[in-house]
Amino acid sequence: MIREFTSYELWFLLQAVRWTVLLAVIAFVGGGFVGLGVAILRIARAGPWRAVAIVYIRAFQGTPLLMQLYLVYFGSNLLGVGTDAWTAAALGLTFYSSAFLAEIWRGCMQAIPRTQWEGARALAFGRMLQLRLVILPQALRIAIPPTVGFLVQILKGTSLASIIGFTELTRAAQIVNNATFRPFTVYAIVTLLYFTLCWPLSLLSQHMERQLNRQHMPTVKVQA
Amino acid sequence: MNYVFQFSFVWREFDQLLFGAWLTVRLSAMAMLLGLTVGIVGARAKASRWRLLRGIVQAYIEAIRNTPFLVQLLLIYFGLPSLGIRLQPDQAALLAMVVNLGAYATEIVRAGIEAVPQTQIEAGRALGLRPWQILRFVVLIPALRAVFPALGSQFILVMLASSVVSVISAEELTAVTDTIVARNFRSFEFYMTATGLYLALSLGFQGTFAAIHRVLFARWSRHT
Repeated sequence: MIREFTSYELWFLLQAVRWTVLLAVIAFVGGGFVGLGVAILRIARAGPWRAVAIVYIRAFQGTPLLMQLYLVYFGSNLLGVGTDAWTAAALGLTFYSSAFLAEIWRGCMQAIPRTQWEGARALAFGRMLQLRLVILPQALRIAIPPTVGFLVQILKGTSLASIIGFTELTRAAQIVNNATFRPFTVYAIVTLLYFTLCWPLSLLSQHMERQLNRQHMPTVKVQA
Repeated sequence: MNYVFQFSFVWREFDQLLFGAWLTVRLSAMAMLLGLTVGIVGARAKASRWRLLRGIVQAYIEAIRNTPFLVQLLLIYFGLPSLGIRLQPDQAALLAMVVNLGAYATEIVRAGIEAVPQTQIEAGRALGLRPWQILRFVVLIPALRAVFPALGSQFILVMLASSVVSVISAEELTAVTDTIVARNFRSFEFYMTATGLYLALSLGFQGTFAAIHRVLFARWSRHT
């Protein structure tokens, strides 16, 4: 029997938004921790550490997110720690985010002039202290706009969790569509919901980037 | 862990996986060419004198960049038939990829065009070049050369995102892998191999783009 698309169905979709948001938050926080570690390894002075970080980043940036989710989902079953779709999605998205965040943050850390490192060393700070007290606070300022921009990528990425069976917004849309068979209405609403989540973040990111450019960065014209 | 990996299964079906990889290459290459075309037209339209046209292009870009590719795909494949447009899975997949890439390519090409100094266009006029000659030699070719690396990364992102089109059973690497796995349940081995193939494709495309960049733009870069 085909159901009507009523306010109940709309409510079901709206409720699924929280899972999309929650998944994105987990992936961002988890990915942030792992990513910071990878970013620090990526600028380590010891070659092997850098190599490990590069391989890690390349591996995740060079393969589809869907494959990463599949591997976490099926792989964890093989390891005997059978996971549900929820854990697999959270883990997979965490790995994915960590690689991209690491690469973004590495760029921000490397944008800090070398003299800042040298100045901190002159104050007899160890490498970690140089990083924590001098480099990271400055890198943080320039890292915020691209990081907020990447949040949009994470939010969009969570839609793939629907394929391994986690009921977030996209999966909820498929469920409602299967019951009501109103694909255009359902997917248009879901598109709108994603847009409502992502657009403000995009605008915020662009706004912050413009402000940062105006405040501190001398305008550099790069001749292509 | 008491699971025995059986990669001999993979070896037996490897030619099928390679065929799947070829389908992915073909689908992505078509999407890249058409997407770049959309991007060039879009970038030109965004520099138009008509505000309405500029607004439409901007709305297209924002709508695509702030919604997940998977939802765009579902809307095209399941939603469009309600409007009387019925597409085969492969066509819907290609259309979704082109529409998606087109939005990003528009932004990238536009950035390249804006980086062309106004004085060069005036110089072109002073030399008596026709408008289309100016567009081609003074604006487009230098602009594309400047943004070629950015376009290349976007192309690779679209190739990786194409794994998602397996959900509407369009034919490509992930779909082929899904089919094999449904037959023998060796999910981890096969998805691992498919992931490796995707990584190889990313690296392959990267190398190809670098080569194209060298060959295609060498003639022009000598003069700058």
